[in-house]
Amino acid sequence: MINFVTPTLDYALLAPILIVLAGALVGVLVEAFAPRNSRAASQLFITLATLVLSLASLIRVRGKSSTAAAMDSVSFDGAGMLLQASILIIAIIAVFLLADQENFTALAAALPGSDEERTSLQQDLKVTEVYPLTLFAVAGMLLFPLATDLITLFVALEMLSLPLYLLAGLSRRRRLMSQEAALKYFLLGAFASAFFLMGVAYLYGYSASTTFAGIHAAVIGGAGNDIYLLLGIAFISVGLLFKVGAVPFHAWSPDVYQGAPTAVTAFMAAATKVAAFGAMLRIFYVSFAEALWQWRPALIAIALVTMVFGSLVAIAQRDVKRMLAYSSIAHAGFLLSGVIALNKSGLDASIFYLFAYGVATVGAFGVVTLVRDSAGEVTDLNRWSGLGKRSPWVATAFSGFLLAFAGIPLTSGFIGKFSIFSAAYESGSTAILITGVLSSAIAAFFYIRVIVLMFFKDPVEDGTSVVIPSIYTQITIIVSAVVTFALGIYPTPLINFIQSTASFLR
Amino acid sequence: MSINNYLYLSAILFTIGAVGVVVRRNAIVVFMCVELMLNAANLTLVTFSRINGTLDGQVVAFFTMVVAACEVVVGLAIIVTIYRSRRSASIDDASLLKR
Repeated sequence: MINFVTPTLDYALLAPILIVLAGALVGVLVEAFAPRNSRAASQLFITLATLVLSLASLIRVRGKSSTAAAMDSVSFDGAGMLLQASILIIAIIAVFLLADQENFTALAAALPGSDEERTSLQQDLKVTEVYPLTLFAVAGMLLFPLATDLITLFVALEMLSLPLYLLAGLSRRRRLMSQEAALKYFLLGAFASAFFLMGVAYLYGYSASTTFAGIHAAVIGGAGNDIYLLLGIAFISVGLLFKVGAVPFHAWSPDVYQGAPTAVTAFMAAATKVAAFGAMLRIFYVSFAEALWQWRPALIAIALVTMVFGSLVAIAQRDVKRMLAYSSIAHAGFLLSGVIALNKSGLDASIFYLFAYGVATVGAFGVVTLVRDSAGEVTDLNRWSGLGKRSPWVATAFSGFLLAFAGIPLTSGFIGKFSIFSAAYESGSTAILITGVLSSAIAAFFYIRVIVLMFFKDPVEDGTSVVIPSIYTQITIIVSAVVTFALGIYPTPLINFIQSTASFLR
Repeated sequence: MSINNYLYLSAILFTIGAVGVVVRRNAIVVFMCVELMLNAANLTLVTFSRINGTLDGQVVAFFTMVVAACEVVVGLAIIVTIYRSRRSASIDDASLLKR
């Protein structure tokens, strides 16, 4: 008989996650009890306060890093804290986009085109559930890269995914498309998490333990059945690669990026990527590092295909959100080279890249929310032509984000790409380096084509215009642009900070 | 009877579920196939728990059940919404997003 041991939780270290969860629950209570017209303002305030408080408590405990908490099921190490901070900062910037309620349907339960929907629009109802849902997703994302136990990892994966499935279906315009996006995201996401769980089961069968440390020990010991290890790594990778949107598990991302409300796309595209790559880095660096011959060739192949496929298919896109989706697939390929590198510089580079890419993504989608006609957002690229002549500031900001995606010097993207490819080269993956640079060049072509379209083509006269950004959207775009260029011009402090703190507790 | 038979059974169930997700066209049936895959994983976990002689696998199975229940709530909400707007739960009809 096993004696029951009272679990000890280190609340101070768990505080950033617990604060976000508490804020989400308060948000649910506000939904239930606050009068309808005061909800939007109070929810925005609660959400922002929660995220800032969480970030503050994370900064407060930073000195205590490199300890495991909650019975070794999460570990607070330098890398985990940096990833958490990135997720919180990205969430804070993205919440301002959610505040622009033009994005969301007035009443999610009303049928598209029904009288009910018209009344709800006339009454100016607001779907304020988006705030608690976002906070729940943020809590899952904060937990995901910290989890060192397969159970925690699985629960965190679902915790971040489920609210996002719902958020994807809440668009105000083109509601059928939005609901379709939610359905696709949900069915494919559930499919991928079933694979993930099967991977958990096989890894448990291999190592008789659900902790990363236990799996690591079993890999070194080599006593287990290697078939279970292979199946486990393969199935868990399917789940993680789905979340980051790598080929061949990318099918959901263009559809969901296009169908979901743009504010949600911004948050999801940026923050999910940080969380999922964080978890991926941890499990591969901590548990599977000694079994690298089992997974590295497959992962290199996936990274190469992802880079090339994302960059090539993006060229053919006529919709700006789909183009950004394929560009995010290409970026997933670039980021995979950080996982493959399997060295300290790969880890540092991945963390920097994730933060820089996340911030630029939120900014870029923030700009997309501004280009509208009478029927809502205009995402057709042809109708973006000449935008730079009518709204130079917005077009300049968007060009800046595109240049950052392309990795042009003086933007954060250049530093990110440079460091991640040099880390891959250091580890001996010359193929990754060459393919990465080549597909970056292909990608630069379609980014620059959009810039040319905006600044050097004549404007189309079909009612497409840039709305005056609300103060919230302005904050998002300005902050993202400032961070993107600041990190491009003077990245040394952040790089040094990452280099001195980023490490995984083994 | 060898305990490995349970592993074979769960692998077969998992495969049936995965094939079902790919070939079936009704969103509800696809979702049921996903649930079948989750339960196949549960059976694997419990079997390994028995083989390894540790309880962790059974604990994971409990967590899976709770998570699967949450997934049902979210999933059915989405499927019912789309059924109400389209009068059909076929995933082939939902093709607005194919460029």
